[in-house]
Amino acid sequence: MKSDEIQSENIVVDEGLDILEQTVRNEYKYGFVTDIEADSAPKGLNEDTIRFISAKKEEPEWMLEWRLKAFRQWLKMQEPHWANLKYPAIDYQDIIYYSAPKQKEKPKSLDEIDPELRKTFEKLGISLDEQKRLTGVAVDAVIDSVSIATTFKEQLAEQGIIFCSMSEAIQNHPELVRQYLSSVVPVTDNYFAALNAAVFSDGSFVYIPKGVRCPMELSTYFRINAENTGQFERTLIVADEGSFVSYLEGCTAPMRDENQLHAAVVELVAMDNAEIKYSTVQNWYPGDKEGNGGIYNFVTKRGICKGNHSKISWTQVETGSAITWKYPSVILKGDHSVGEFYSVAVTNNYQQADTGTKMMHLGKNTRSRIVSKGISAGFSQNSYRGLVHVGKNATGARNFSQCDSLLLGDKCGAHTFPYIEVKNKSGVVEHEATTSKIGEDQIFYCNQRGIDTETAVALIVNGFAKEVMAHLPMEFAVEAQKLLAISLEGSVG
Amino acid sequence: MNTIDLIKEKYQQSQSNNGSSLLTSLEQDAFQTFTTVGIPTVKHEEWKYTRISGVFNKEYAFNPESLPGNVTASDLDPVRLPGHAEANELVFINGLYAPSLSTLRSSSLTVLSLEEATKGEFRDTVLQQLGQSSRYIKDGLNALNTAFAAEGVFIHVKKGKIVEHPVYIYQVSDARSANILAQPRTLIHVSENAQVIFAETYATLGLQESFTNQVTEVVVEQAAVVEYYKIQNDTAVCSQVGTTHIRQVGKSLVNTVTVSLNGAVVRNNLNIAMEAEHSESHFYGLYFLKGDTLVDNHTVVDNVKPHCESNELYKGVIDDNGTAIFNGKIFVQKDAQKTNAFQSNKNILLSDNATVNTKPQLEIFADDVKCSHGCTVGQLDEEAFFYLRSRGISEKAAKSLLVHAFAIDILEHIKPEPIRQYVDQLISERLEFNFE
Repeated sequence: MKSDEIQSENIVVDEGLDILEQTVRNEYKYGFVTDIEADSAPKGLNEDTIRFISAKKEEPEWMLEWRLKAFRQWLKMQEPHWANLKYPAIDYQDIIYYSAPKQKEKPKSLDEIDPELRKTFEKLGISLDEQKRLTGVAVDAVIDSVSIATTFKEQLAEQGIIFCSMSEAIQNHPELVRQYLSSVVPVTDNYFAALNAAVFSDGSFVYIPKGVRCPMELSTYFRINAENTGQFERTLIVADEGSFVSYLEGCTAPMRDENQLHAAVVELVAMDNAEIKYSTVQNWYPGDKEGNGGIYNFVTKRGICKGNHSKISWTQVETGSAITWKYPSVILKGDHSVGEFYSVAVTNNYQQADTGTKMMHLGKNTRSRIVSKGISAGFSQNSYRGLVHVGKNATGARNFSQCDSLLLGDKCGAHTFPYIEVKNKSGVVEHEATTSKIGEDQIFYCNQRGIDTETAVALIVNGFAKEVMAHLPMEFAVEAQKLLAISLEGSVG
Repeated sequence: MNTIDLIKEKYQQSQSNNGSSLLTSLEQDAFQTFTTVGIPTVKHEEWKYTRISGVFNKEYAFNPESLPGNVTASDLDPVRLPGHAEANELVFINGLYAPSLSTLRSSSLTVLSLEEATKGEFRDTVLQQLGQSSRYIKDGLNALNTAFAAEGVFIHVKKGKIVEHPVYIYQVSDARSANILAQPRTLIHVSENAQVIFAETYATLGLQESFTNQVTEVVVEQAAVVEYYKIQNDTAVCSQVGTTHIRQVGKSLVNTVTVSLNGAVVRNNLNIAMEAEHSESHFYGLYFLKGDTLVDNHTVVDNVKPHCESNELYKGVIDDNGTAIFNGKIFVQKDAQKTNAFQSNKNILLSDNATVNTKPQLEIFADDVKCSHGCTVGQLDEEAFFYLRSRGISEKAAKSLLVHAFAIDILEHIKPEPIRQYVDQLISERLEFNFE
């Protein structure tokens, strides 16, 4: 059906189905493979693999020990199956745990970067030079686990800000890394965190010194590249007293038939009066419309408000991945600290998402706010799973949670699993949730005013997610809105 | 002897005594499940906050044969609910039905042992309906009860009859000389166009401990109306796990109110399967905890068919070292379009050592539904408190007034006047304050 015909007719149901089909037929736009000679570890996981990775990265002895310790713990652990997810068993021996794009020397300027790589970024719309010139965003671009280029580094260095890849940080700032690495997510925290600790290849490291307000948004674009490569990123952000940083993480990955495993760990540390804002737009390959392929995303993200009056805010827009298992959490240890979680999770076709947050109120007068919006379409399953814990000494804790689900189609599912534990009588905790579909009356209202169904649905979905979108930094908000449109435009059932 | 071993021994005994009957295979399957699954631990997701295993570390008399013990009609007097002179009274001693102590006033009501019921006109109903709760609750305790199902009771309400006298059920444990493990099992069949009111209460005689592991299955047919009230105000050393499994197999209306005031560990599983279109159910709960009492309410509403409506409201006040757990699940299956399901849980914490764990859960597979859930945890409203205090009302009176007002939402859903007044009075006693 052509768009002009849509406008002339007002049969909502028929159009809806048609548009749904169109959406379902939408192929993954960012699916392509960059041809770079990879320098990979042999398939499989054992102590030798870990020694190989560690040696490859020229890591100090303590780092290797740390990895091996994690690996030995991992061997004793069991893969968790409590999440509302169904997927075939993962063969951990059938994964290449390290692959780095080959480069003879480290590039001194952007011009020296492999043109193939540059093209990849251009296709993704994040051309490095353009970004450098126009947007003022410092990009630490990660292709297959090794940091290729870091821009604006010098500018940041002037203020004493450290923004580099994790491997550089291990070489150049071992004292900081040793102090904070795994201080928020212990190596034995969970199965995937332990696996990450054992084999992580690279990631970003950020340190903001006392009283510094980071002048620009820090950003990392992740990209999974070589075939059969599990991606194991590790990010650590430390905001010292009175500092502020806003960090963006955006991801797209090429189309792939085999499932790829991604087990990242992100740790945030906020000292007295510090604030960290962490935003994610995740658009990895979700699998085709029959549910084949796609990324398995098992991520452990956790921040600690260590100091008084500190604040950590997570914002996420999750549209990709076949499996999403992700619970960005905040430990509110400092008095008067604040934790926030804003999330939009979109699932279509056979995608499954089990995502949410944990707010651990330990300090006095701590506050947290959770806003989660789930949108499910096709045959997908979308779950919110959250924990609000008010400890015995957390006097005056306050939480408000809202999780709304929007169902587009009658074959998808929306689930809510909120855990609320209160052990202090002064705690005030509220949770509310609703589940609904886009009302025919809403569509009709728009149609009446000359807005076609497709635009009406986009309007309503955008309105539904607006509360979260508003918390994304400008640069991301545009991309996120586009992603929402691609994933869902017109999927009214 | 270890309680689990004792149970196993008793099972073998009961199997050899009864010989084979129509219920034998059901019992055997359940016993098999019990031996493999065992007693639920805190690692079991449904038992995350409730440690029940401690109950099994004690020694119990578990002796179905010696009945009805030494309990006399006068022993029951303090247990009886108000209005009992006008009610059908069903007395269970140590989990077993005691006909000699019971009074049946309504002719539309039939009470038989399950064993007996499999032999007469109700044979098919019993064989078809008994054990349906196992489909939803796969833990060892439900299986343990089912393993002794033949000792249970079948209650039938005749087609098209309104049972004019309410049915009072007393679960009495005679713990005057030993700890008691009781396993009442009931299958209630409410036929088409019938109406009936149940009120159930629990009591332990004597100072020893009791553990009641109860399973009640209720089948509600077309156009039937059922009200079920449960009042749990047993002594502080007594624990119970009570499963009430309600199947609405015809378009029908069910109202339940569960009031939990005292006990050691009290776990209520309330399952409502809405298996017919246009069914409606309302279920309410009130828990008011003191001492070390732990009350755990697990509710499941399974919307299988379209056009159903359910309403759930649980409210609680937690004082002293009390722990309240609420887990409400709403399932809306693929075909259950046009479902309206609402769920709410509100808690007030009164002391520093009080704990509440709540988990209102939604699982929705249909798109044309209206579902919401919410929960709150907080304190008494300071402004309201100040308002009362500034008008010269004592602190205690103000507090009890506010708590009372909080509870009214639930109390007003108890329709029979005597029962409502009785619960109201229990709450006043708890607050140690009477407005009159």
